[in-house]
Amino acid sequence: MSEPILELRGINKSFGAVHVLHDVDFTVRAGEVTALVGDNGAGKSTLVKCIAGIHPTDSGEVLFDGRQVSIHGPKDAADLGIEVVYQDLALCDNLDIVQNMFLGRERGKAGVLDEADMEQAARRTLASLSVRTVKSVRTPVAALSGGQRQTVAIAKAVLWDSKVVLLDEPTAALGVAQTRQVLDLVRRLAEQGLGVVLISHNMNDVFEVADRIACLYLGRMAAELPTKDVSHSQVVELITAGRSGDLGIARPDMAAV
Amino acid sequence: MTTAKQSVVDTPEEGDDPSRPAAWQRLRSANTLWIGLVLLALCVVFGALRPEAFLTLFTAQTLLIEASVLLVLAVGMTFVIITAGIDLSVGSVLVFAGVVGAKTMEALSPGGDATDAGWGVIAAGLVVSLLGGGAWGLVNGLLIARARIPALIVTLGSFGAALGAAQLITDGVDVRTVPSALANTLGSGTSLGVVPNLVLLAVAVTVLGDLVLRTTRFGRHTYAIGSNAEAARRAGIAVTRHLVLVYLLVGLLAGLAGFMSLAYFRTTTISGHSTDNLNAIAAVVLGGTSLFGGLGSVLGTVIGVFIPAVLTKGFVILHVQAFWQPIAVSVVLVAAVWFDQVRRRARNRS
Ligand SMILES: Nc1ncnc2c1ncn2[C@@H]1O[C@H](COP(=O)(O)OP(=O)(O)OP(=O)(O)O)[C@@H](O)[C@H]1O
Ligand SMILES: [Mg+2]
Repeated sequence: MSEPILELRGINKSFGAVHVLHDVDFTVRAGEVTALVGDNGAGKSTLVKCIAGIHPTDSGEVLFDGRQVSIHGPKDAADLGIEVVYQDLALCDNLDIVQNMFLGRERGKAGVLDEADMEQAARRTLASLSVRTVKSVRTPVAALSGGQRQTVAIAKAVLWDSKVVLLDEPTAALGVAQTRQVLDLVRRLAEQGLGVVLISHNMNDVFEVADRIACLYLGRMAAELPTKDVSHSQVVELITAGRSGDLGIARPDMAAV
Repeated sequence: MTTAKQSVVDTPEEGDDPSRPAAWQRLRSANTLWIGLVLLALCVVFGALRPEAFLTLFTAQTLLIEASVLLVLAVGMTFVIITAGIDLSVGSVLVFAGVVGAKTMEALSPGGDATDAGWGVIAAGLVVSLLGGGAWGLVNGLLIARARIPALIVTLGSFGAALGAAQLITDGVDVRTVPSALANTLGSGTSLGVVPNLVLLAVAVTVLGDLVLRTTRFGRHTYAIGSNAEAARRAGIAVTRHLVLVYLLVGLLAGLAGFMSLAYFRTTTISGHSTDNLNAIAAVVLGGTSLFGGLGSVLGTVIGVFIPAVLTKGFVILHVQAFWQPIAVSVVLVAAVWFDQVRRRARNRS
């Protein structure tokens, strides 16, 4: 078992009166793929956004590489080496592929952009993701298909020399071949020593690539287990009911007494 | 964290992708080509109808001079509109900047008459004008980006407030003593024999604005924020700060425009700028910059400034009643925005 690269302890997050995350503990290990599963609205995306510095947390602590860190914005997360593929992709429609991939971290001297350099790097990364249907890396993102956009969002995240990559349903809009590519990429990133978090509703994908499975149920971490210790049906039960046999959180009525 | 990770990705296959961001393609996509052709057609028509009056050096000079001040305002407005914002206050800020600049020069001159003031006094006037314009820009920016009040409301407020402040300072009476040295050089002087200095300054601002927008990080972030502010924020761009800077920039340019106007008219023309804001916005939108943000160019804005200017000149030369000019401009403006809408709808359907 490898070292935890990212550790969350007792994270709480509310939006107004809605308490979305309850005392969530979550560990990402270097060189492993951690699948984060849970029903719609369980709080997966919210957890990812808390890690990425988009939502401030109400309480709890974050340890990166064993050190306690405070992430106040996307820049802090990126500086630590945390990259995110958001569920809604967060791309700028009017900008082209290269411009999107380097957004916020453009290359160049003294504020003047080095377009050729960025274009080359973008093209290299896209080629590695087997994006062959995009005619030009200078196509505005608005003109891309859903799957192509998703690939751009993924390419944007793997372009950087990062330590942790969080992918929020990265294969939702992808075709068979592209899904294969992304799953392979996920494994490859882990083999290179990155901590990878994959959010997915597809149990086959989860069981194929994940070393560990973390299951959120109504904003509570129901279980965090090695993949080999659980079965398909147990995970489905954890997702839908929050417990499965002696796994998972105690029954709500039992917790109350 | 700015090194590309080479090991993660396979070895590059050299892409079958020779396309540089063809300037041509961008022009076309931004409506600029179409509207540029309209401008060209106008020049050809007026030139063909009255070559002896329209195709003269004098006409060209006055056309350019009269467009210079608006051009400077419109360059700033281009940045604002690309961020999906708006600034209705530019004309009033121009007046305010001109007034505080002129008042400063008077105050620094013996007897309160700045006509014979030297370059030191003029420089002080310029600095105060820029500060005056920049201050309004900063206030606009902070209220819009920090306090999150809609730009339309904030700048409608400063549109009234800046003009009111200018009138309070002057009691509503134009400042009439403008240094001759300034008026004779920046105001009515020429360089290289034929090029008016006022035009040179406007061209310099325009070229600089174009370079900043197209080739710098600042420009790229301007487009990104207008395109998807949340995505820009998640990419680590300091959106609030950037927006404040953009409104500060347009304020500074309005300050400069106020000083240019002072040099050209030799007075503060307090009541002469109530529609500058609309003219600048019209020019920017005519030039293909989208009111929805994320799209646009300074080159387009230049064309957008000259369409009304050429129409006005042409109508005067052809003895068409001047009242036709706003009608013609409005038709072209609405057509341009309609084109933009159609294009967006076509894109969103795909
Ligand atoms: N910005 C927000 N403001 C208010 N409530 C929010 C916000 N973002 C999320 N929520 C709420 O938090 C809860 C968790 O949402 P979240 O997006 O994290 O779910 P999820 O697990 O990612 O679901 P899905 O599988 O559908 O993507 C939901 O009940 C949602 O309504
Ligand atoms: Mg989600």
